[in-house]
Amino acid sequence: MAWRIEPRAERSRALDLAAPALAVAATIVIGSLVFSALGYDGLGAAREIFLSPLADPQRWPDLGVKSAPLVLIAVGLSFGFRANVWNIGAEGQYVVGAIAGTGVALAAYDMAGYWILPAMLVAGALGGAAYAAIPALLRTRFKVSEILSSLMLSYVALQLLYFLVRGPWRDPQGYNFPQTRTFTDWETLPAVVPGTVLHLGVPIAFLAAFLAWIVLRATVLGFEVRVVGLAPAAARYAGFEADRTAWRTMLAGGAFAGLAGILEAAGPFGQLTPQFPQGYGYVAIIVAFLGRLHPLGIALAGIVMAVSYVGGETAQTTVGLPGAAAGVFQALMLFCLLAVDMATRYRLRRVAPAPSAAGARP
Amino acid sequence: MNATIVVSIAMSIVAAATPLLLAALGELVAEKSGTLNLGVEGMMLLGAVSAAIVALTTGDLWLAAGAAALAGALGAGLFAVLTLSLTANQVATGLALTIFGQGVSSLVGKDFVGREVHRLPEVFPAALAEHPLARVLFGYDAFVYFSVAAALAVAWFLSRTRAGLVLRAVGEGDSSAHALGYRVIAVRYGASLFGGAMAGLAGAYFSLSLTPTWAVGLTAGRGWIALALVTFSGWRPGRLLFGAYLFGAMMIFELQAKAFGLTLVPPEALAMAPYLATIAALTIISAGRAGANLRAPACLGKPFRATA
Amino acid sequence: MGMKMDRRGFIGAAGAAAATAAIGGPARAAAPLKVGFVYTGPIGDGGYTFQHNLGRLALDKALGTAVKTSFVENVAEGPDAERVIRQLAQAGNELIFTTSFGFMDQTIKVAKAFPKVHFEHATGYKRAPNVATYNARFYQGRQVQGQIAAMLSKSGKAGYIASFPIPEVVMGINAFTVAARKVNPKFVTKVIWVNTWYDPAKEADAAKALMDQGCDVMCQHTDSVAPLQAAQTRGIVGFGQSSDMSKAAPKACLTSTVDSWGPYYIRRAKEQIAGAWKSADTWGGMAAGMVTLGAYGPGMTADAKAAADKIVAEIKAHKLPAMVGPIKDRTGVVKIAAGAKAEDKDLLGMNWYVEGVEG
Repeated sequence: MAWRIEPRAERSRALDLAAPALAVAATIVIGSLVFSALGYDGLGAAREIFLSPLADPQRWPDLGVKSAPLVLIAVGLSFGFRANVWNIGAEGQYVVGAIAGTGVALAAYDMAGYWILPAMLVAGALGGAAYAAIPALLRTRFKVSEILSSLMLSYVALQLLYFLVRGPWRDPQGYNFPQTRTFTDWETLPAVVPGTVLHLGVPIAFLAAFLAWIVLRATVLGFEVRVVGLAPAAARYAGFEADRTAWRTMLAGGAFAGLAGILEAAGPFGQLTPQFPQGYGYVAIIVAFLGRLHPLGIALAGIVMAVSYVGGETAQTTVGLPGAAAGVFQALMLFCLLAVDMATRYRLRRVAPAPSAAGARP
Repeated sequence: MNATIVVSIAMSIVAAATPLLLAALGELVAEKSGTLNLGVEGMMLLGAVSAAIVALTTGDLWLAAGAAALAGALGAGLFAVLTLSLTANQVATGLALTIFGQGVSSLVGKDFVGREVHRLPEVFPAALAEHPLARVLFGYDAFVYFSVAAALAVAWFLSRTRAGLVLRAVGEGDSSAHALGYRVIAVRYGASLFGGAMAGLAGAYFSLSLTPTWAVGLTAGRGWIALALVTFSGWRPGRLLFGAYLFGAMMIFELQAKAFGLTLVPPEALAMAPYLATIAALTIISAGRAGANLRAPACLGKPFRATA
Repeated sequence: MGMKMDRRGFIGAAGAAAATAAIGGPARAAAPLKVGFVYTGPIGDGGYTFQHNLGRLALDKALGTAVKTSFVENVAEGPDAERVIRQLAQAGNELIFTTSFGFMDQTIKVAKAFPKVHFEHATGYKRAPNVATYNARFYQGRQVQGQIAAMLSKSGKAGYIASFPIPEVVMGINAFTVAARKVNPKFVTKVIWVNTWYDPAKEADAAKALMDQGCDVMCQHTDSVAPLQAAQTRGIVGFGQSSDMSKAAPKACLTSTVDSWGPYYIRRAKEQIAGAWKSADTWGGMAAGMVTLGAYGPGMTADAKAAADKIVAEIKAHKLPAMVGPIKDRTGVVKIAAGAKAEDKDLLGMNWYVEGVEG
């Protein structure tokens, strides 16, 4: 007798919905055991990291601000991921979007008007899309893997940012510190709830997730993306060209990332500094998978990720957990989700050892 | 006097290239089998911290190197279980592995920060390396010779052995390899674990030789350069060897030029050069009529599940 | 938000009661003073943040149960910092130290929302009634280093690994060079800008490049121990930065300039408890115990030790300003007239290099 893993005929809907919750539960169990073994208050750590930010209404605006860029970028990426287009350079598109929008802001520094902020946001989205066009062009024209080219371009974007904030865009009144001028009031996103950190970019991000959900459900583009990803051959019959889909999804991903970049620059940062890129473009990939490439799932996953960041900070002050612990919990969470995910797609079955099983997985 | 400087620069380049070469060789083998592990930086940090801890507690540098290889392989094992057995997405898992490695290394290393690790000794007796020109050849520790030997061994393995052929077949066409009776998943496990062990050794080179100590984030992003290097090389060990020394030379020349009082181009332009060069190389390889063996393995990053 | 204000109101009232009751009042005895710290790096960086955390531990030790400290490490400069600072304020910390220049605007912003909480921002220049600034005269350590370097160097050339050309780094390079040229008027400081605070391998490579160019004393304004270790490998000497780095490179380390924040943290916490806290700008040096020297290493000759001790004594007695004119910049223009000395505001805005600085 042997065990064999085989695909389920139908995906189990109940398990599909339960999987993320199960994964978080597994993370809490494994995490608390590991941290207890390391001599920390393991249970307290899990509680602080995953529950305390949700339980404290004072933290909610923080969760919104922290999750907004992750959600926006991840939703943009999910189009491509569904269509087998692996743009993993969102970090670069995020940075270039912020640079493009900041270019407008610096040019309009002495001006006033309601047009400035929308112009910045448009420039940001265009900048991100233009930067994503490079790997799209390389893929469709030269068959260059977009995984590798988009990743490399992220590092190029970082250096471009460093060059600008240390050189031509350095704040003339900034004592030589590598950073741009701070944006004027015309260039800064207003707060949606006065007196809190909740800026206009937060509703924009979540609205984008909602719209993306509509688009994926109800439009031809959504259908195209799903078909190209699931069955490339069938897609060709339907008249969907893989190249065209690659272009569209890359540009969409770049535009979302670029918009996230300028929203972050014009919102909480209010300027560009070398610390501006914080790896949101990479974390968003994890968020996209945590949310199972579904826009609403991504919105939820973004919040869960934000909870773990904010909770990681709380845990440092309340239970004395090291800052690095939050990262370990985040990684554990993804590992657990990926493992639990298995249960929704496959099942374990007892089979008699077959003579022809030579090449099959043990 | 001038010869001394040239020799010293050459040796600096070798030292800078060695961890890139080690990590990239491991990743090359993993990618050749069809797995894309973006967790190189995380595995390097696991290796670096393990080597430092073992070296500081036992004083045995070889045990430390072994621990580093083991730690890197464990990280890769985690990756392999998730992506190969559980068919999780490789990109997301690799990124999570990097976050994991950063977190774990900083947690377990916290009592060892800033303590001097006894540096790896040179392999050959000092007398042999006395003349400057002899020093360029005989003045290094074992990791340097090992990395070059490993490059040659990997080249031989991939092109001249049956196992290497199988590994490439698995990376180029998993379904056909499976149909031929090769154990696709097992091969990829082996390649991933080798990649992890090499990344661990690359990390150990930081904490045992380059900067013999432990501090959080010791490898400072070299894992990503190693990833670029694999692509730059067109997945060929020979070119990888050349590329590692080229990237190393670019890092060193920037600093040498500054020490000499020259700033020819903005430092940011130099820092982005390896990545731009990689994209250019990739485009030329993919667009040109270069041999298929310079292209990315066809199954790179794609999950495989036996259907039989 | 409403909830937050209520909470603050309550704590603020308790704070005011404590202030009027002065030390040892019943309110204070029941509740220790909560002090929060925001760190830019991990406490395991072995350098800048490590030292701030030692300062916090010194505060714990000195005031015992009268204080309860907590910290958040590895906080990115930007919105994350704002969130963490606010979180510490909401958690009832009455005194909050934000320990990096990049936290400046965030500190000011949060301070506006929490007028009863006292904030202390390190190395910045923006203040408010409830925001004080503090900094250490790191350049005083450079004055000692310059003297030692010029005495011990055979080539008359020091290598200096620098991060970013901000005033703090520039004044350090200048103070070092001016001190060295008092001993050896031909002394040269070769600078490599590595454009990072922390990249061990790159710092080590920069050190090697400088040694290749004949530098035989190594100086750094970056955080890792790598340059000192590179110096040790080549059998030359150098200085530790931020923390006492003699453990990482015992043979090479002549001495270290140690950031010693403990005395300041203790003083300010005591003032807070006594209700005597006031916003101020503190720029303390060796006299205040905020800059100290690490242990002397084996490379220090008796002469060098004596000279270093003498300079430390003069600095402590406020008899040795960083720079006294005439001082020319690299192009030969007199920047500080004969007999004049560089004022604090000159040092804090410094963006030019003295004669003898190369690179």
